[in-house]
Amino acid sequence: MESLDALLPARIQFAFTLSAHIIFPAFSIGLASYLAVLNGLWLFSGRGVFLSLFDYWKKIFAVVFGMGVVSGVVMTYQFGTNWSVFSDRTGPVLGPLMAYEVLAAFFLEAGFLGIMLFGRERVGRKLHFFATLMVALGTLLSAFWILAANSWMHTPAGYALNDAGQFVVTDWWAVVFNPSFPYRLVHMVLASYLTTAFVVGAVGAYHLLKGRTTGQDDSGAATMFSMAMWMAALVAPLQILAGDLHGLNTLEHQPAKIAAMEGHFETRAGAPLILFGIPNAAEERTDYALGIPKLGSLILTHDPNGVVRGLKEWPEQERPPVGIVFWSFRIMMGIGFAMLGIGAWSLFLRYKRRLYGSRWMHRAAVLMGPSGFAALLAGWFTTEIGRQPYTVYGLMTTAESVSAIDAAAVGASLVTFIAVYFAIFGSGTFYILRLMHKPPEPAEPGLPADEPIQAAGLMPGPVLSREKNEAPA
Amino acid sequence: MTLDLPLVWAGLIALSVLVYVILDGFDLGIGILFPFVDSEAGRDQMMNSVAPVWDGNQTWLVLGGGGLFAVFPLAYAVIMPALYAPIIVMLLALIFRGVAFEYRFKTRRAKFLWGGSFAGGSMVATFAQGVALGALVHGIPVAGRAYAGGGWDWLTAFSVLTGIALMVGYALLGATWLIYKTQGELQRAAYRFAWITGTGTLALIGVVSLWTPFLNASYMARWFGWPQILYVVPVPLLVVACAVALYRGLSTRRELMPFLASLGLFVLSFVGLLISFYPYIVPSSITVWSAAAPDESLSFILIGAAVLFPLILLYTVHAYWVFRGKVGATGGYH
Repeated sequence: MESLDALLPARIQFAFTLSAHIIFPAFSIGLASYLAVLNGLWLFSGRGVFLSLFDYWKKIFAVVFGMGVVSGVVMTYQFGTNWSVFSDRTGPVLGPLMAYEVLAAFFLEAGFLGIMLFGRERVGRKLHFFATLMVALGTLLSAFWILAANSWMHTPAGYALNDAGQFVVTDWWAVVFNPSFPYRLVHMVLASYLTTAFVVGAVGAYHLLKGRTTGQDDSGAATMFSMAMWMAALVAPLQILAGDLHGLNTLEHQPAKIAAMEGHFETRAGAPLILFGIPNAAEERTDYALGIPKLGSLILTHDPNGVVRGLKEWPEQERPPVGIVFWSFRIMMGIGFAMLGIGAWSLFLRYKRRLYGSRWMHRAAVLMGPSGFAALLAGWFTTEIGRQPYTVYGLMTTAESVSAIDAAAVGASLVTFIAVYFAIFGSGTFYILRLMHKPPEPAEPGLPADEPIQAAGLMPGPVLSREKNEAPA
Repeated sequence: MTLDLPLVWAGLIALSVLVYVILDGFDLGIGILFPFVDSEAGRDQMMNSVAPVWDGNQTWLVLGGGGLFAVFPLAYAVIMPALYAPIIVMLLALIFRGVAFEYRFKTRRAKFLWGGSFAGGSMVATFAQGVALGALVHGIPVAGRAYAGGGWDWLTAFSVLTGIALMVGYALLGATWLIYKTQGELQRAAYRFAWITGTGTLALIGVVSLWTPFLNASYMARWFGWPQILYVVPVPLLVVACAVALYRGLSTRRELMPFLASLGLFVLSFVGLLISFYPYIVPSSITVWSAAAPDESLSFILIGAAVLFPLILLYTVHAYWVFRGKVGATGGYH
């Protein structure tokens, strides 16, 4: 059957385009909220450094958001082109959730993005702040709806099957607030905030290291570094807690995924927590396992002698690929604890009043800059590969979901996607790094918050101008 | 009172597609005209005339795709694989088009490259949309609940013609938008473009309209059967009226009238298409009602749409209002 041949390229294409896409919205969720905070702080405190930081990160946000938009449109259509059987059968449930994402979130973002980027002197600072808030709200609403849809595929609820084999809804409340949704939403939003915090922290640390601004605690670099480290210190522990709760929820609904994450093949009481090892799917055991006795059971069941199910409980064709789930889970965890460490270190240095002077801290922060993206992708790999072989967990397999199209067509489009994404998003990343390489503009000291911004000339000029009011270049 | 939910939603999806075609139509049209403007400053102005609104305009395309998935999942599951190649090409081209708005102002050395990406992306995306439309009009074979044709069925003389027609049509929208938004040298060029593309659009509307009835007996009956012809005859008459308005607007150097007349042409062409399609969503295979999701799904989104559509309209209009007036000679936040 040709659809079977198309399965592998279709899966690779989905994994590739989604992995490339998710980086941008995760970053824009965090950055949009950060921009709203900066804008608010500037309005309330009147300190120019917040305005200069807002304008600095706004330019980066525009590029990130643009890349998110263009890679996101691909996702909307890919369900239909490559996964048409899935689309037909789950459309009545998932379609409305995605439609709500478009109606409630995308239009809100798009409607206020132009004003946020270009329109401060056209609408005044209050309405401009409102626009910034709406863009931030839009990114969060988008996360809400798309994670509701994603979570439903993991923990389907509130549905029935009709004669055509479609999933139809019996209870919308149960569909949206399906069992894994609250955990996944919190985990993802915190991940976006942490990812952004570490990028912002790295940029701040980079400019502190370059020494252009040392000594001034209210320079742009110092301010963004300090804000980012507060986020790291506060959100990293919260994220570990949220991740733990999410894991317990997964244990309840997708125990096979947990078995793969932990590298457990045997069901046993008093299971160890395997720190490292090499899962060997063929021999059904984890080789060279290095573990802490009973800690696995303690974490998962809150009882040192609790029973933890291993992969052997499931027939081979119902098990997820264990190796990649095991390793990506460890990458995510490792980065999470490194973030926790950075946060704690920053608190210590802050207490010692050496936060802006410790070069080792700054070097570590630069190194950790991209870590959030790695953790984010590793986390998504864990959860999405861990739910294989199903698209709708326990009800519809990935193999059943694919379109009946030529493998050659999917393969050709896959190769093109890869080439285009590397060229386009590679260029975008280059431009972003170049923007980050420049230090933020020094704040204008004599700029009270209640005077027209135009006079201060912080904005290079409006993009459009009315006839009677030609823009200064 | 019982609402015919599938029909209501067919209307709303059709409206979203129309809004998309009109709004992103002038964005893409500006991209198509991009290489024909020589001055760098002129090209900057062209881009800046849509920079604050293009993202919102393109969101209607996401709504079209997402909405189809939500409301007519069967049609979505059939149309997307049938139009696989044009859809994928369109998506890729839209990537080149979309990122150019940001990238082009980030570099001096590679500025021409992203200008090319903007123009090429706009042209290819438009052509692919036109081809997809033509292939849909041509008809899609269905077996069971899936597409039953081959990977190249979308490529016909008719679909190539609709691809070209859409490029000329979007270029007309772009040209008339530029007339409205610019002044001086660029505006004079836009008047010239509008003359050419306007004439081309009208000619192509004529050819496509005359060809369409011969593709399918039901189209023929719809347009030339008695007494249906009495209901459909206002459409071509209004097209003539829009053509007159377009030429008058251009020759008397009016600034808004050519754009409105071009919008009129698109609305009428779209209405003509709906007349041909009804009651099918996939011509001669799947009707609006057989493609529709169950009423629980349709009513669930309808509640949200009833609240959100007016809000969307409100802040979309607001965004256009904020950025009203002529584009400055310089500018951009870049």
